[in-house]
Amino acid sequence: MSKDWQERLQHWAPYAVTPVLMLAVLPAIGLSAWVTLTVAGLTMGIMLFLVASGLTLIFGLMEVLNFAHAAFVTVGAYVTVSVLRPLGGWTADPSLTLNLVALLVALIAAAAASGALGYVFERVIIRQVYGAPLRQILITIGALTVIEQLVIVVWGPEAIPLPKPASLRGSIFLGASSIETYRLFALFVGLAVAAAMHLVLTRTRIGLVVRAGVEDREMVQALGYRIRRVFVGVFIAGTALAGMGGMMWGQYQTVVTSQIGDGMIILVFIILIIGGLGSVGGCFIGAILVGLASNYVGFLAPKLALGSNILLMALILLWRPRGLFPVAGH
Amino acid sequence: MALGPGDVSQRLDDAAPSVSTPSYRSVRRGSWLGWLVSDDPPGRWPLNMIMLVVLAAFVFAPFLFPGTKALGVASRICIFVILVASYDLMLGYTGIVSFAHTMFFGIGAYGVAILLSKGWVGWGAVIVGAAAGVAVSLIVAAAIGLLSLRVRAIFFSMITLAVASFALILAEQWRDLTGGEDGLTFSVPAILKPGFRLFADPVLGVTVNGRVITYYLIFIVSLLLFLIMLRVVNSPFGRVLQAIRENEFRVEAMGYQVVAYRTIVSALSAAMAALAGALMALLLGYNGPDATLSFSLMIDILLMVVIGGMGTMYGAVIGAILVVLAEYYLQNILGAIHGVLAGTPVVSALFDPNRWLLWLGLLFVLIVTFFPQGVFGWLRHRR
Repeated sequence: MSKDWQERLQHWAPYAVTPVLMLAVLPAIGLSAWVTLTVAGLTMGIMLFLVASGLTLIFGLMEVLNFAHAAFVTVGAYVTVSVLRPLGGWTADPSLTLNLVALLVALIAAAAASGALGYVFERVIIRQVYGAPLRQILITIGALTVIEQLVIVVWGPEAIPLPKPASLRGSIFLGASSIETYRLFALFVGLAVAAAMHLVLTRTRIGLVVRAGVEDREMVQALGYRIRRVFVGVFIAGTALAGMGGMMWGQYQTVVTSQIGDGMIILVFIILIIGGLGSVGGCFIGAILVGLASNYVGFLAPKLALGSNILLMALILLWRPRGLFPVAGH
Repeated sequence: MALGPGDVSQRLDDAAPSVSTPSYRSVRRGSWLGWLVSDDPPGRWPLNMIMLVVLAAFVFAPFLFPGTKALGVASRICIFVILVASYDLMLGYTGIVSFAHTMFFGIGAYGVAILLSKGWVGWGAVIVGAAAGVAVSLIVAAAIGLLSLRVRAIFFSMITLAVASFALILAEQWRDLTGGEDGLTFSVPAILKPGFRLFADPVLGVTVNGRVITYYLIFIVSLLLFLIMLRVVNSPFGRVLQAIRENEFRVEAMGYQVVAYRTIVSALSAAMAALAGALMALLLGYNGPDATLSFSLMIDILLMVVIGGMGTMYGAVIGAILVVLAEYYLQNILGAIHGVLAGTPVVSALFDPNRWLLWLGLLFVLIVTFFPQGVFGWLRHRR
């Protein structure tokens, strides 16, 4: 009886981390600030999830850890700049519909550009280094440098301002707590993409093959699926998601620099480690956790904000060395 | 029968022929020369001659290549040899990738820089600063290793990247201690200052000033550290590292604690990097985030290891020489091409002198793809 209870606790404990954290800081922060910070944390988390989910699936399926993932975030952000510049009339217009259409166009363009680059990247770089983890790390780090420098060649070394659309500036008030409008938009888009991804992974045949491939690649191959082809698809989708993340992050920061992907990818790695490499669910919980923790710590102890994520990662690794939701075989 | 670590090289020879054992008997085993290079000479005699010429060039560098700039380049190369060789302990010998090597380089440099800039001038400050840098590096490296190497080596790569970026931000923000982005300027001990004269008259036409003494200090410490590392990789401990690189499960099954070996080697490597950092601080009389912590420096190190040849200590020497010299002249070459192509918009931007990282990155990808042995590996295994 008590053993059964213990096993259940072990199973459910990782799910409880986020709610426990949210409740634990509530008395220290106070309700109105807590609502603001929680929405901010969720938004940051969902944007990080977009980038991290692609990376974790790519790793889960083919054991390829793509250190150049940051480059696709950067490309997504810069493509957004290039797309929204001619659409300046639409984003400056006070009409919400026109703003949203412009952002949607930018989102699709960023995803398409990053995905297309991802396809080329898979063919030219990744294909040569399957099953050679050391060379994978080296070659993707080299490629990251090259792509980032090429981005500077094309778009210039200066930071480019990317103002928010007119109707998404400012905040709305919920009782005493203010919530930035753009955050609500980002939260909505992020949740929609996450939901679509969840549906594809759990309700379609291709999703079934992908999930099975993450669990046991050889078995799926033995059943007659060409896992390489599936992987190319996942790689394109993953890099497209990174591009979307870059678009939303750049728009959120209202400025785009060539370092935008690097800054994000550090958090993404922390999320992957916290969630368990290869697990999409773990990646979601990890992303939300990191988003919330950085916002709470930033408010409670601004000096600790820099190290809060490293600390969070260290604590979770001490508790669960393989992350919260380890995937069998990884 | 309990098998001690001393038996491992023989067992591994039987089990896994791919583990590299020194097969070059160009230097007699047991001779004093063999003892000095840990029975691991560069290769056959032509290669030994090349390396001897390189060594001689460094021994007489101030006299062969007079001038402040050339001496600075030679000192840089010596420091990078240590930095790269210690990185190769992890990458080439043990097969783990760390992105925190510049962090330890920076810790060593800040150790010296902070003490000297806070008004404690003299060798005591240098020694205490370097020792503190080494101690901090050992602790941090061991903590990272124990936290991340328990599960799989890829965790280590990701965590080192996260921790290193944190260290860079910390150095930029903690202005009271590190001087922020401006860094710390300080005065080195009197004997190392450019104005110092060891002899009143020039020796062989060269004034033996503080710069020359700084060079020889760096050179001698680097040579000693290099020989120590050569000893480490040819010890039973080093054999276990190479065995881990080839097949970690097998080594684990033999009863060696892979985690412990990996953690020890990453701590050792970190300590060496910290010492190199202390030398760098003495050379520059300055330390800041760009000088010792930047990510492009990490790319430099990777490039040197890969160009020189992973898994050979001597490769670090070749890699450091080639890359430092190339970087030294690459910006000039790019500047010249940039000037010629000034009319064309995008193409000339490709050759902007500030885009040197683009070309190094490209070179890096090409070498990893087509030339994974590196220059030294190729020379050594050429038939």
